[in-house]
Amino acid sequence: MNYQLNFAAVWRDFDTLLAGLGLGLELALVSIAIGCVIGLLMAFALLSKHRALRVSASVYVTVIRNTPILVLILLIYFALPGLGIRLDKIPSFIITLSLYAGAYLTEVFRGGLLSIPKGLREAGLAIGLGEWQIKAYITVPVMLRNVLPALSNNFISLFKDTSLAAAIAVPELTYYARKINVESYRVIETWLVTTALYVAACYLIALLLRYLEQRLAIRR
Amino acid sequence: MTHVAASTQNTSQALLEIRGLHKQYGQLEVLKGVDLTMQRGNVVTLIGSSGSGKTTLLRCVNMLEEFQGGRILLEGESIGYHEVNGKRVRHSENVIARHRAMTGMAFQQFNLFPHLTALQNVTLGLLKVKKLHKDEAVVLAEKWLERVGLLARRDHFPGQLSGGQQQRVAIARAIAMKPSLMLFDEVTSALDPELVGEVLSVIKGLAEDGMTMLLVTHEMRFAFEVSDTIVFMNQGRIEEQGPPKDLFERPQSPRLAEFLKSTRF
Repeated sequence: MNYQLNFAAVWRDFDTLLAGLGLGLELALVSIAIGCVIGLLMAFALLSKHRALRVSASVYVTVIRNTPILVLILLIYFALPGLGIRLDKIPSFIITLSLYAGAYLTEVFRGGLLSIPKGLREAGLAIGLGEWQIKAYITVPVMLRNVLPALSNNFISLFKDTSLAAAIAVPELTYYARKINVESYRVIETWLVTTALYVAACYLIALLLRYLEQRLAIRR
Repeated sequence: MTHVAASTQNTSQALLEIRGLHKQYGQLEVLKGVDLTMQRGNVVTLIGSSGSGKTTLLRCVNMLEEFQGGRILLEGESIGYHEVNGKRVRHSENVIARHRAMTGMAFQQFNLFPHLTALQNVTLGLLKVKKLHKDEAVVLAEKWLERVGLLARRDHFPGQLSGGQQQRVAIARAIAMKPSLMLFDEVTSALDPELVGEVLSVIKGLAEDGMTMLLVTHEMRFAFEVSDTIVFMNQGRIEEQGPPKDLFERPQSPRLAEFLKSTRF
């Protein structure tokens, strides 16, 4: 094999790759934050006494989890305008990833809520706390600490899913990598550097989440 | 069988008055018309074999259990339900929460909030229910932690405390809310034998201070020493009640006699 590695074209546009990486991180952060809220509400809905809430949440989780994320991205970006809802590509992707994240996080949070001893709720009731206060000050904080390891995996996975935003021309890392690839024909170099950037970003996210896990862990 | 269904004490100033309490889980009736009266400063201990309804009775008093018949009056306020046009209606959650704060409860399994320190466990109710200022809540929490001998452990998390220490924090958490009535539900059952004494001495101290307490315990010696009245429950009914000396030394009911024989008292 006589292929000579030459990273010059990649280094020339390295700042655009970094900008793409930055946008990817922002997309992930916003979507995960919204997804956490959706997931939490849906988890409570799944465990609710009201059948309508349970059924609605269950339908949402089933539909989203059984649809490939790429299909969801295309559906929301290309099909919604047909129904009169026109969204810019970035908001469209954020909505998609948030809905997707929400469905997966619902299951994580539901498991976390089920694992909380019922005695904690009773202890909250016994000192006069209301149901919402118990959720806010006891159930959710304890549950979040318990599910942090599972959340870390989901967060990293959701960050990697931002690469699919390239399908609707959101200018994130994969989008710019494809552009550099097409313009320079340096296929191996472009994708090696892109891979390295994803790996580094994921590794840093994992380190940060592990630090948070240790910091917030319930002391024993 | 001697059946003493109701206290003969004057009920006009009773702190707690329970009349005809019925509780069932589906078809299973666990409380079959319980009457009980407690005066302020009384220490009443419920004894009886497992499944006799002691814990359920305790949990009805602070509405951790719903009940289907009868009424509970705490400081004259009807707990759990009120009547509207002759119909029994459940109080709103806000009213029930306010009523619950009138009682304090210590549980068998401590139920400390594991993500909060000992101090934060005590201050949570003071801040969010009593709406005290943070400084005020901390001073009060420290006072009660000191009282149970755990001020030095104020910044420890429950997982870093022994069972006995956790139970003492749980008692401090309940007492700090200044309840009119303290409920203790088998608070030593989950403890290793060597840790039981430290918890019982805290409860004894509270009794000496005049705290009104309703206890469920299997510690017969302790019940004998600390109680003004012992209530023996059997199959969802109060079978016999009276001063400890009378009950332990001259049980009227054959079931109580049998029960006492089976305990280590």
